[in-house]
Amino acid sequence: MSAALALPTRKDEAFRYADLAALAPLWPVAVQEIRVAAGETGALAITANADAAEAREIVITLDEGASFDLRVLNAGHGYGRIAVTAVLGKGASFHFGAAQLGGGDQTLEIVTEVRHMAPDAVSRQVVRSVLGGHATGTYLGRVHVARGAIGTDGEQSIRAMLLERTATANARPELEIYADDVKCAHGCAVGELDPMGLFYLQSRGLPPGEAKKLMLHAFIAEAFVGAPEAEGLTETALAALEGLL
Amino acid sequence: MLKIDNLQATVADKPILKGLSLQINAGEIHAIMGPNGAGKSTLGYTLGGRPGYEVTGGSVDFDRQDLLALEPYERAAAGLFLGFQYPVEIPGVSNLQFLREALNAQRKVHGEEPLSGAAFIKLAKEQAGLLRFDMDMLKRPVNVGFSGGEKKRAEMVQMGILAPKLAILDETDSGLDIDALRIVGEGINAIMRKPDKAVLLITHYQRLLDYVQPDFVHVLAGGRIVKSGGPELALQLESEGYEAVAA
Repeated sequence: MSAALALPTRKDEAFRYADLAALAPLWPVAVQEIRVAAGETGALAITANADAAEAREIVITLDEGASFDLRVLNAGHGYGRIAVTAVLGKGASFHFGAAQLGGGDQTLEIVTEVRHMAPDAVSRQVVRSVLGGHATGTYLGRVHVARGAIGTDGEQSIRAMLLERTATANARPELEIYADDVKCAHGCAVGELDPMGLFYLQSRGLPPGEAKKLMLHAFIAEAFVGAPEAEGLTETALAALEGLL
Repeated sequence: MLKIDNLQATVADKPILKGLSLQINAGEIHAIMGPNGAGKSTLGYTLGGRPGYEVTGGSVDFDRQDLLALEPYERAAAGLFLGFQYPVEIPGVSNLQFLREALNAQRKVHGEEPLSGAAFIKLAKEQAGLLRFDMDMLKRPVNVGFSGGEKKRAEMVQMGILAPKLAILDETDSGLDIDALRIVGEGINAIMRKPDKAVLLITHYQRLLDYVQPDFVHVLAGGRIVKSGGPELALQLESEGYEAVAA
């Protein structure tokens, strides 16, 4: 029991980039468990934008043919950690869209593990990070495909935008595949706003801050496309963005 | 309206413009022609204020303002429009949203109220119609997935909406087929051929000038204007080549 309650160390891969000092008072983190019965549909949108440190752990189990849409805005003012484990049954579908926005010397992280346990399940992950100052934004995402989970279709699209070169983005999409005939893809990029795009927008009359905001808005919105709460999430994200620019 | 005096500019420390002088008055259409590498695009970007295009000498007066002291967005608000040779794609940002924000940002500089959504859509429809540009395409992200010709027509729609005093159009004719060339040419005339406006066309070829007849033609070579004349100069260049004419 004490082992489960002990604060993890950086040797633990899932906590390699965590702000352990900020995590300590929150530990152990209560696990929020969600189960979607066969053929059912569920959705959840989480906005983490508190002033204090926040850590969440969510475990989602999808039975045969179930689907779940999870959206996360990780944009608090302190440490923010959101860990998600999704266990996918036969033909289940899991959609995860997350944006994280941070500045100062904040640490933000999203850690996912998607377990394709049976054939024909689909998972989609889109994570967009915008980081300024000396902030660190991390995405650790493992897609596990169990033996026999043929027909698996897993996709990870991970992108981070650095507003300043002092910010850090860690992105580690991982595939662990024990089945044949699966389709898993991941794309990962860390970059800065396209200077030519910024100049183009400014040449039409947008001040630099507005031009950046317009481009970042589009970047962040990719995480919330298709969500029932897309508009609300994007608006809250934009408000957080104001604080970074 | 625009007075460029002995302008010198470098790109990555390499001198490109080497003492360029040019005056454009309201109501005039000028064309600058010249061989590759003469500094034509550099002139456009320098006047637009693109980062990395460093002015090392000379002055540019635009409507009694020191153009070179203004930020790119302030130049736009002052009435300058730069048509890009390669219009930039901005994923995720719709043309209409971008143009409405850009127009309202310009209005704000002038102390004017923002245009309402309805008034903006009406304006956009008018201008798109002029260029026979599909309104549905204006709902799509800026230039993303547009063909070369569509990008150029979209730029002219932008110009119509933003209603600049001076348009500097950098190879607006490149990538256009014959029909699109005519539509774009007519668009430039409809939007810009007015007593209080002026145009600087930067082009390689005579063909755009068949539709938008210039009052003055200049030859740019080696970073300066080496010859100026009337529309007949463009025809002479077309038949004899830059080397013969500019020598």
